Amino acid sequence: MTASLDVSGLAYAYPDGHQALFGVDFSVARGERVALLGPNGAGKTTLVLHLNGILTGGTGKVTVAGLPVDRRNMAEVRRRVGIVFQDPDDQLFMPTVREDVAFGPAAAGMKGTELEGCVDRALALVGMAEFKDRPPHHLSFGQRRRVAVATVLAMEPEILVLDEPSSNLDPASRRELADILRSLDVTVLMVTHDLPYALELCPRALILSDGVIAADGPTAGLLSDDELMRAHRLELPFGFDPRSVSASG
Amino acid sequence: MGAGHTHRLYRHGDSPVHGLPPHTKLAATFAFVIVVVSTPREAMWAFGLYALLLATVACAARIPAGFLLGRLLIEVPFVAFAVLMPFVAQGERVEVLGMSLSVNGLWGAWNVLAKGTLGVAASVLLASTTELRELLLGLQRLKLPPLLVQIASFMIRYGDVIADEMRRMRIARESRGFEARGVRHWGVLAKSAGALFIRSYERGERVHLAMVSRGYAGSMPVIDEVTASRAQWSYALALPCAALVICLLGWVL
Repeated sequence: MTASLDVSGLAYAYPDGHQALFGVDFSVARGERVALLGPNGAGKTTLVLHLNGILTGGTGKVTVAGLPVDRRNMAEVRRRVGIVFQDPDDQLFMPTVREDVAFGPAAAGMKGTELEGCVDRALALVGMAEFKDRPPHHLSFGQRRRVAVATVLAMEPEILVLDEPSSNLDPASRRELADILRSLDVTVLMVTHDLPYALELCPRALILSDGVIAADGPTAGLLSDDELMRAHRLELPFGFDPRSVSASG
Repeated sequence: MGAGHTHRLYRHGDSPVHGLPPHTKLAATFAFVIVVVSTPREAMWAFGLYALLLATVACAARIPAGFLLGRLLIEVPFVAFAVLMPFVAQGERVEVLGMSLSVNGLWGAWNVLAKGTLGVAASVLLASTTELRELLLGLQRLKLPPLLVQIASFMIRYGDVIADEMRRMRIARESRGFEARGVRHWGVLAKSAGALFIRSYERGERVHLAMVSRGYAGSMPVIDEVTASRAQWSYALALPCAALVICLLGWVL
């Protein structure tokens, strides 16, 4: 089976000369949930923007379900890679929740009852169906984050890429989002600083540090390796011991 | 649409006027205003009839007179200068209550006041029976340049977000003991405005990124198509057509 996502030898320097990625290699199999960990400035966002071709022009190759990310496949790649950005106010730009969720499918040419059905399904997946006609700014932060996930799910992506999904969420919203993510039958790449959240949701983790993948393995194993964690400026919250928590699948 | 999302001018209801497709209402209002401003100012009775027409529409839309009149106050600062015209205009003068007023100025003031009030009343009626979102769809349907519609739509979406950001910046300023009290503090306010501009600009870039990520390629996809039947069009256009008859009579009589 082809991998959902395959990144090989990806390097990138910003136009100002700052090199953010120095040859990144990894692969995510279909249905896997993988956490991408790394300190600030490790190049996580830069990497994410390569996954759907927003940034290109470096060396290396990204393929999504066997489809190389290049100018020719751009529309299809953007449909298959669903990125949920950190600030839901950036992601939700339409006047109502319904129109926002419909944006992606409508841009791909979907219309009428098919479009309505697609919007309803996506909102039901995140438990936000009753907020369909509400404007995004009347929702709580947690609700907005869930709608942001729905906007991407509506496009039936091959892989869901979440940028700091738990940031600014209260514990209840955080758990609700985790339940939703676990219930989805989709490949997930989760970029996060929230190590317990990564452990809770993702059996496998990657550590991106100084523009390369510094470690790749079972999340519990990586988080228990004190030396590795220290070397890449990753710290667990006070009192949290990954060895005492059994990761759920 | 939009439980809860109503702008202050909108008055919820399900009258026949509320039910009309937004683009027919926009076209009717625009045509009505054009007809009103082309009426000769001397035909005072015509303006009375126009007001009667609008009152009929307000009745059909079940908009209470008090609500409508309250909203009309928005006009006051704009017509204030009309009041000055009889005093400053040149030409023949008449005595009214011991004041010497210009005849031309009086006609000018009447002209501005009558036409302005009718125009504002028509717009208030449109706004109180049509949701903002629908107005945008109507403008889109009337083939207003898509870029303008998009800008207006983003303004609605992000107005509150930016106002909130502004509020947080003010709180942050005041928490550090700053209070704008005079000209000397304008510099700080100007810097805040600059910072807000840059933040909004950067947000714009992030929003664009999110749009591109979901397949945006320069034009907004059509999600809600608004259509109007012939009956709805004729119902909406009854207002400007009736006004046109009055206008023509105004020129002839």
